[in-house]
Amino acid sequence: MVKHGAAAHVNSGPMDTPAVEVVDLVKRYGATTAVTGLTFTARRGAVTALLGPNGAGKTSTIEICEGFRHADGGRVRVLGLDPVSDATALKPRVGVMPQSGGVPTGARTAEWLRLMASFHASPIDPGVLLERLGLTAASQTPFRRLSGGQQQRLSLACAVVGRPELVFLDEPTAGLDPQARMAAWDLVSALREAGVAVILTTHYMEEAERLADHVVIIDRGAVVTEGSPAELTQGRRELRFSTDAPVDTRALEAALPTGSRVTATTVGGRHECAVATAEPDALGPEFLATVTAWCASSGVLAEDLRMRRRTLEDVFLETTGRELRHS
Amino acid sequence: MTEHTSGTAAPAATDAPTAALDATLFVPAPGAAPMWRMIAAQARMELRVMLRHGEQFLLTMVIPVLLLVGFSLVNVLDVGEGARVDALTPGVLALAVMSTSFTGLAIGTGFERRYGVLKRLGATPLSRFGLLAAKTLAVLAVQAIQITVLCAVALLLGWSPSPGPVGVLAVLGLVLLATAAFSSLALLMAGTLRAEATLAGANLVYVLMLGLGGVLFPTSSFPGPMEQAVSVLPITALSSGLRDVLAGGTLPGAGVFVVLAVWTAVAGFLASRLFRWE
Repeated sequence: MVKHGAAAHVNSGPMDTPAVEVVDLVKRYGATTAVTGLTFTARRGAVTALLGPNGAGKTSTIEICEGFRHADGGRVRVLGLDPVSDATALKPRVGVMPQSGGVPTGARTAEWLRLMASFHASPIDPGVLLERLGLTAASQTPFRRLSGGQQQRLSLACAVVGRPELVFLDEPTAGLDPQARMAAWDLVSALREAGVAVILTTHYMEEAERLADHVVIIDRGAVVTEGSPAELTQGRRELRFSTDAPVDTRALEAALPTGSRVTATTVGGRHECAVATAEPDALGPEFLATVTAWCASSGVLAEDLRMRRRTLEDVFLETTGRELRHS
Repeated sequence: MTEHTSGTAAPAATDAPTAALDATLFVPAPGAAPMWRMIAAQARMELRVMLRHGEQFLLTMVIPVLLLVGFSLVNVLDVGEGARVDALTPGVLALAVMSTSFTGLAIGTGFERRYGVLKRLGATPLSRFGLLAAKTLAVLAVQAIQITVLCAVALLLGWSPSPGPVGVLAVLGLVLLATAAFSSLALLMAGTLRAEATLAGANLVYVLMLGLGGVLFPTSSFPGPMEQAVSVLPITALSSGLRDVLAGGTLPGAGVFVVLAVWTAVAGFLASRLFRWE
């Protein structure tokens, strides 16, 4: 049914061109600056997650890449082309999933996906795609009667049905139940395996950690930090244990290499100690032995002793701050 | 040993096609469909959504048919000279054209804009020209259905129009030009106002035009200055032009074509400048 040869003859430009290249992007809405000099690169055939709190500038950035909005400054290239002036050339090659809506309320699931498929030269069979996303039973349901999760999945199907080289997914799993979220994650993994570049925005750490090859953490319109999930969480470990009696944190700190920090909290009558080092690499086997030796000599029984990697959530909160946003 | 071999071979043989399908399902093969195919698909979609929409069906089919049947059979309105159905049919045809190309198109497009449909379509290979062409085709298709049904009903009621071949061409020209004028006004409204304002405004205009535009009776029954004033409305131009040909047996004056052309040019220019896609 599907002509795989079709993929080969498409002139997709040199493969070393990044899927998306954003340099010093600026976007203003009246007096507010939503994006303030944002720079990142998304590779082809990889999943790039733009992770950030609400109002960080994720959607503005993605909508500029999609050609929906004009940039006020900086440079944006999508598959090596300008998203506004080369829009006609880009549209068949790029799939888009907006945050919400995009379908007439009276259109039925299958007929709308078939319409989207009919705009493309060699689309995926809409029936196969509906089945894969668990929408077969809702084929004849008008869009307004679909659940929020079904609407999201239809929108996702519409983004990929044209067999694009690159897809933009704006919060693809917001409001999905766990099963639907797994189905969406499977789909993103399959896209990646097939060589499609995926740029997604999310504020779910777990989503970025599981799906992304490259995570770009954005806050207040700029990149705070970026890297693979492994790089971002690398070496950033801490050692924790709990005790019955309060621990003399000063004495423990004195026994450890300079720059080490010990913080103690009391939860439910138990005392929790977190030990961190100045240098991430210093938290090795010798450091662990030093801590346990100090415990032994001080008569402290360290229970639930564990060393853990920092999660992406730790990195995220560390870089974007812990205070609640009012924006 | 043999059992073991066949045991492992069987699932591999059945699993393979599924796995292959999944791995290759999303392999990129981008490309736009030919323009005519996109426009045809979009026009079919627009047509289905229009015909399925209950309130719109009421406005485009039920009300014109009821007006035609009701006022043809019951003598409560001074519709002018001649057989009642002969006097009524041209105006009701004009109303039907306006209900689809102005009221229906404005409300439909206003809500599409509100729900991000226009924006989403802007990300597909379907160009803006393609979208406008598809909408035009769908409007013309609905109007063809309306005109067929209304003419059939009118003929059953004893309508006996006598347009010559030139008269038929004049009717066709009037309907197409009026469709262009009404559609431009509809897109101007839908592209600049909020969806709710478009809904209210388009319905209000429909009712006002129904009363003022020579739909049920010729505007010659209005006092002089008022007749002059309403003669520049697109609905009046269309209904009086159709009445000249279908009831009077004469060709419409150039004036009605000028009125419709001016509305098309002005509204079309403003819509192309002011239309906001989201």
